[in-house]
Amino acid sequence: MSTPTAPVAVPALALEDEPAEVRRGALQRLVRDPQAVITGLIILTFVVLGLLANVIPQHGPNEARFEAINLPIGSPDYPLGGDYAGRDILARLLHSINTAMVSGLIGASIALVVGTTLGLVGGYFNRFRTPVEWGATILQTFPGMLLLIVLMPLTGGDFRWTMAIFGFLLTPGIYRIVRNQTVGVSRELYVDAARVSGVTDMRILGRHILSVVRGPVIVATTFLFGSAIGVQSGLAYLGVGSKEIPSFGAMISDGFRNIYIAPGQYIWPAVALGVLNGAFVLFGNALRDTFEGSQPKAEKITATAVADDFEAETADGTGALLEVRDLGIAYRSPSGELNEVVRGVSLTVRMGETLGLVGESGSGKTQTAFGVLGVLPTEAVVTRGSVVLAGRQILGAPQAELNKLRGSEIAYIPQEPMSNLDPVYTIGSQLVEGIRVSTGLSKAKAKERALELLERVGIPDPQRTFRSYPHEISGGMAQRVLIAGAVAPKPKLLIADEPTTALDVTVQADILDLLRDLQAEMGMGIVLVTHNFGVVADSCTSLAVMQGGEVVETGATIDVFAQPQHPYTSMLLGSILDEDTIRDDSAMVLVADGKDPR
Amino acid sequence: MTAPLLRAQGLKVAYPVKGFRKPPVEIVHGVDFEIGAGETLGIVGESGSGKTTIGRAILGLAPISGGTVEYDGRDITALSARERRALSREIQVVFQDPYSSLNPSLTIGATLAEPLIVQGWDKAKATRRVLDLLDHVGLPKNAAARLPREFSGGQRQRVAIARALAPGPRLIVCDEPVSALDLSTQATVMDLFIDIQRETGVAYLFVSHDLAVVRHISHRVGVVYRGEIVEQGPTRQVTKDPEHPYTQRLLLAAPIADPTAQQQRRADRARLRAVQAEQDLQATGVPA
Repeated sequence: MSTPTAPVAVPALALEDEPAEVRRGALQRLVRDPQAVITGLIILTFVVLGLLANVIPQHGPNEARFEAINLPIGSPDYPLGGDYAGRDILARLLHSINTAMVSGLIGASIALVVGTTLGLVGGYFNRFRTPVEWGATILQTFPGMLLLIVLMPLTGGDFRWTMAIFGFLLTPGIYRIVRNQTVGVSRELYVDAARVSGVTDMRILGRHILSVVRGPVIVATTFLFGSAIGVQSGLAYLGVGSKEIPSFGAMISDGFRNIYIAPGQYIWPAVALGVLNGAFVLFGNALRDTFEGSQPKAEKITATAVADDFEAETADGTGALLEVRDLGIAYRSPSGELNEVVRGVSLTVRMGETLGLVGESGSGKTQTAFGVLGVLPTEAVVTRGSVVLAGRQILGAPQAELNKLRGSEIAYIPQEPMSNLDPVYTIGSQLVEGIRVSTGLSKAKAKERALELLERVGIPDPQRTFRSYPHEISGGMAQRVLIAGAVAPKPKLLIADEPTTALDVTVQADILDLLRDLQAEMGMGIVLVTHNFGVVADSCTSLAVMQGGEVVETGATIDVFAQPQHPYTSMLLGSILDEDTIRDDSAMVLVADGKDPR
Repeated sequence: MTAPLLRAQGLKVAYPVKGFRKPPVEIVHGVDFEIGAGETLGIVGESGSGKTTIGRAILGLAPISGGTVEYDGRDITALSARERRALSREIQVVFQDPYSSLNPSLTIGATLAEPLIVQGWDKAKATRRVLDLLDHVGLPKNAAARLPREFSGGQRQRVAIARALAPGPRLIVCDEPVSALDLSTQATVMDLFIDIQRETGVAYLFVSHDLAVVRHISHRVGVVYRGEIVEQGPTRQVTKDPEHPYTQRLLLAAPIADPTAQQQRRADRARLRAVQAEQDLQATGVPA
């Protein structure tokens, strides 16, 4: 199939290398974060001071002189004074930095390597999952500090061996992170696709999974680095380990013993240890913010902001239920200017009528619907126009008034029924709560009404569904429950945002029938947002076609289907796979034989 | 007729259940089908019917608990990991979701070259092939150096198709490949599938919930309901004149994009439902 094309000016293909761009992006953000820069500089300063431990001070860390005992600060050759044994405090302090850094390096890197390996193996290969998990759990039950002290004869008091063992004890922390991420990523379709492409497991782990796991692991390792330093100091403070090794813990301990003679001596190591550990924790936090982004805050619904020069047009009584005029909705770009996603949309809905709002993704149909409901995200700004519901201007109305309106006069049915039900409450309690808020009925009355509604929307056993949790019912049933909740206060206007897109076609047909019946019964107007022309043909009396934030065509459904005016509408109607196009060319068996498609 | 390219007989799929000595849950209860070289077999069904699982079983991604699958006369029911990798030159896949089926941190070029490089192609040859593939699916050459997030859903699906074509397979399992796309994009991607089939003679196992899509691309159609193929045959017969009550329901549930015809269909559907309810009543003696 491929005629070998001449490789004209082959662009530099990054076939093997990872995109440098992604990493550079993270690094750039890190450099711009003051917390990361300051704490990073502190850590760097400590490292440099530690490296200069044999250069700056005049004495070795264990060199004891009788004349230097308890020398005050600022003595010649002893800038920070001498301790109870006549050793140079500055020299001991700087060498302690090295002890701390080596402890952190050993502890954190063993935890990193072992934890990552176990996490990848336990998360990716099903058959290793249980044994690895057991191993990690057992490791976690060991009392860390105690074990390190008990094992002292084995390690011979060498802090490096102690830290190596501590590294193993820290392993479960890294293992859990890597394992959970790996389990998540190995369910991604691109991992399946790689498997089908014949990529070996090792390569999938290294290439597809490790790159996702990398970020959180780096963050966790930073924290472990700090905690390894803390534990080493703690052990040294307790007097565990060789007395020859200068360390923050040993220095603080010495300082305390000497506190009545030279009260200032313990301060230096204590401050150094505190600052270093704090710097690691804060640096880790900054890394986490950069790699994982700050946690999104739960969005609070507030009245939508209107542009500074916004002035709602005066409502003139056309008698329509909903009259949207020249509605504009914009989002602020990072540079501050307004970007209109809905540009001068006008719609009219009468009682008992269904308007289909049709368009492809990104056409602004959902934004328009949310604008009418008044539930746009906080970043959105209404730039112009008016939305009049039953003679009342909604745009710019105070929040309290909108709250009263929503749920009583306007109701809403979402696209994803499941994500619009709270999984921790029963269906019944969620329905009752909604009904009580919108109608002010008593609890008993509201329950009665909820059961009535559940039966009305075609749920076979209302009592049982009332007591069920959302996960116990199907998507179609969940949508019926939400419809029950929406029509409870007998709204005048129902806004349905792709109400059947997530459902099977047989369920879709039932839901559309239900909406039609309810409309005939209650006489409400419906705005049906959809991309499916079959649904429009089935349920809508009129339709508005949206493209790029504008309505390009409106009209009665029958007319638009028969004679579309706008080329975009014609194009959309032409893209529908109609029932009469049935594939009838025969399979090409002959061509396939003996032909190498490469 | 020569032997089919793929033949599944009594194919069963069961997933193990967590917990000691719990019996596995069977999703597919023994289905038979064949796909000839260069042919499209459409598998249509609703969510939870097991249609996707059938495709995954063929790909070796779901555990086969019974029956046999033969590819090109060879039994591929239980392959070792090495044999399965070798088969990747022959059987490929296009998944539904173009957003999660491409690794977001790899460039398009790296994604497309991966199947070639693991098969031992040298880098220059793989690069040339990647450019050919991009051209073939209607993407610009500079797409290779870009990341998936720079592309729309339809373009990503073209990349996924190019990846499936890379090793020159003879069978592609397509799992709802156009369901996440906009209407106009859907039409062009479908055309691409058909063009590629005409040019290369590749066979498709085309899984979808959308009867219109399946009708458009399939030579033959199988209807899956609760883990079984309830009806199978030439597209025209199954989608115009179905025999099984479930297929009839499915057909009438899909709305036509024509207000007058849809009104008629709605009436037909109500009538069918009444008739079937009555039949159920007679068959079981209790109201459904």
